Amino acid sequence: MTARTLTLLAILAAAAAAIFFFLSPSSEDGEKTRLTLTGSSTIAPLALEIAKRYEEQNGNVRIDVETGGSSRGMADARKGLADIGMVSRSLKADEADLTGHLLARDGVGIIVHASNPIEAITGAEVVSIYKREITSWETLGGPNAGIVLIHKAEGRSTLEVFLDHFKLDNPSIKPDVIVGDNEQGIKTVAANPHGIGYVSIGTAEVAIENGAAIKLVKLDGVEASTATVADGSFPMARELNLVTHGEISEKADAFLAFAQSAEVDDLIKGQSFVPPRR
Amino acid sequence: MTRPQTQNKLAAFFIWTAGLVILGAFALIIGDIVWRGFSGFELSFLTEDPADAGRAGGIRSLLAATALILLVCLAATLPVGLLTGIFLAEYTAGGGRFAPLVRRSLDTLAGVPSIVFGLFGNAVFAHLLGLRISILTGGLTLAIMVLPFFIRSAEESLRSLPASFSQAADALGLSRLTFYGKIALPAALPGLMIGLVLGLGRALAETAALIFTSGYVTRLPESLLDSGRTLSIHILDLALNVPGGGENAYRTALVLVVLLFAINAALMALTRFSPSYRDYR
Amino acid sequence: MSRRAADRLFLFSLRSAALAAALALVFVTFFVGYEALPALQEAGITAFLADASWHPVSGAFGLLPMVLGSLAVSLLALVLAAPLGLGAALFESFYAPPLLRGFFQRAVELLAGIPSVVYGLWGLVILVPLIAKHLAAPGTSILAAGLVLAIMILPTMALFSSAALAAIPAEQHRAATALGLSKWAALRTVLLPAAWRGIVTGLFLAFARALGETMAVLMVAGNVPQLPSSLLDPVRTLTANIALEMAYATGAHRHALFFSGFLVMAVTLLLVTLAGRSERQEGRT
Repeated sequence: MTARTLTLLAILAAAAAAIFFFLSPSSEDGEKTRLTLTGSSTIAPLALEIAKRYEEQNGNVRIDVETGGSSRGMADARKGLADIGMVSRSLKADEADLTGHLLARDGVGIIVHASNPIEAITGAEVVSIYKREITSWETLGGPNAGIVLIHKAEGRSTLEVFLDHFKLDNPSIKPDVIVGDNEQGIKTVAANPHGIGYVSIGTAEVAIENGAAIKLVKLDGVEASTATVADGSFPMARELNLVTHGEISEKADAFLAFAQSAEVDDLIKGQSFVPPRR
Repeated sequence: MTRPQTQNKLAAFFIWTAGLVILGAFALIIGDIVWRGFSGFELSFLTEDPADAGRAGGIRSLLAATALILLVCLAATLPVGLLTGIFLAEYTAGGGRFAPLVRRSLDTLAGVPSIVFGLFGNAVFAHLLGLRISILTGGLTLAIMVLPFFIRSAEESLRSLPASFSQAADALGLSRLTFYGKIALPAALPGLMIGLVLGLGRALAETAALIFTSGYVTRLPESLLDSGRTLSIHILDLALNVPGGGENAYRTALVLVVLLFAINAALMALTRFSPSYRDYR
Repeated sequence: MSRRAADRLFLFSLRSAALAAALALVFVTFFVGYEALPALQEAGITAFLADASWHPVSGAFGLLPMVLGSLAVSLLALVLAAPLGLGAALFESFYAPPLLRGFFQRAVELLAGIPSVVYGLWGLVILVPLIAKHLAAPGTSILAAGLVLAIMILPTMALFSSAALAAIPAEQHRAATALGLSKWAALRTVLLPAAWRGIVTGLFLAFARALGETMAVLMVAGNVPQLPSSLLDPVRTLTANIALEMAYATGAHRHALFFSGFLVMAVTLLLVTLAGRSERQEGRT
């Protein structure tokens, strides 16, 4: 019995060690090429779909997509932690070290709970709400209930687009809940009948199709939808970019070319984003 | 001043309340998870990969990633932990200053919050050593986290062996290596297994140390350098980030809790197997 | 290889392993500290205290809201869990009918082993909507986080207290009963004072666990980095801050997060050391 138990322990250790050694180095010189995309949670679902189709057409590539916000996408691309970063806004002047590759266009829309009678809101009202000058829905013709302010964490480009558009200063905003991903914003508004938030219009449209209890409200009289983003009438619009840093591999280049081709238009539309003019 | 009689009754009332509150909390939480997790649970949940951000499909790839992370954790903990355990058991009396220092250091390590291990793993394994966000990084981070717990039970199980074992081995002129390989380790095996199972339980329940070491990717990992999502991270992501992900979050929680209860049951069985461990934990 | 040489090699590997294990703590402390250091250089230690708010992208690094958030949530949890945990230990040791006792022990142990995300999930789905409905929307608040944490540290408190009670020689209890003291009087005057140090150890460890907990708090606290004015206000704890922002933090922001991690580690290690001291003193008496 002692010999057997000892053998058991040894086999366990050996098995663990074997997996340890066989799996880890083999991946480096394996014939599969690996591409890593990190960044914006707005782009991630679309990037995932594009990656899936690309993998189907090119058997020996594996593409991993991870979210974490646009800032992380840029940082990882710079540090080489990711081959391609995902950034859901246009690059700024001081980010010229990165090369942007336009993937699609999107808008940032104001969302409220599906049961909220409010259908439209003006930019000035949004500013007052986020500055806490308006604190009840009653002021806007809604129910007599306090507004639950849902705001995004720093480093998210949805936040930057929102602040930019309304000329708001982030430290002056005192929200009730701070969320990370777009999906978390939608989930939080859906869970709060008196909540208000702002998210990617594309993500919101997909979520509403899936039955999330939210709705997009008109901003300054313009419907918040893919259509108004496409015709350029929606005011709070933005670019969805893939970014790279310095020299990139052939494989990454091939993938970027594929992601920017008309072959992915149906996928972009499927995620409720707007394909760029080609 | 109230009469002792009344005091006695009041105290009994409060203590019964406290006991019932714990039992109530237990019933409420376990009941909630079992009830919600079981509704609509199908076996295919275990054999399918997640789809539609986890709203649909199952958890096959996550089970694989979790198992791999635990294996990496085990492979790293086992050799270091076992040798350190032997060292501490061997040099308790008159071992100089080194053994108490090791013990103190490990006790302190056991108190470090798990998120700090996550920071460490991210800085050292993922960035400094270039392992990226991967199963390897996550497993190694967990290994450091569970090391003190495994070492402690390894040490105690070896020390609980009768001193006559060691004396007999010396009298026979056996080397220490032979003594440990042929006599002490096999005899202490149940105790060692307890340490192992305890560590596994801890690793399985961990989330904070893994969110920025092993990552969020839900696909079936193909190598240890792939990012892989564990069950606990899946629950977090479904609960926080996925509208309509609640049902599958509960199903995943049910699977995780059942696994942990199985580990707990194994622990109890092992405890019974080794009499010296009846009071352990 | 001769037996002596084999033994020497064996001893050498034992020593190296022990050294590696002991160095783990040094490595963790060093690297977390090393990554935190640039934050002190760039922002300065005063910035963490003096900056009015936490907006690292705009260069404001005020950690105070989160330090207070961590303290508020953990203290609330401790205030709730300490008496209940002690009561539960007394219940298990002296009041529970024998039939219930074994089950009770199992239940406490299982509660201790449930993953924190599962507690968080439960808090998010059950507790937060309850608070939102009956007290104040959106429900994610100090109260929610404190309650979830209290349930989480309850087993720690109960396990340590009952271990301390079990360590008291049975004669003491019998002697007290023989003196004609009532059950509660015997507990209060003889057993609780004797077990006091063990209970305090549990208290320290429970507090350390509450401070270091991340996931459950992240899920139910609302995560707004502000100075709270009521129990129903949302707060962000130091640990939740790391979990929330680490994924995309860069530069000074990233270093500031390591600094807050270092802070949490320092405080919890202090508590664990205090717990260890109290345990050792108990061993002497």
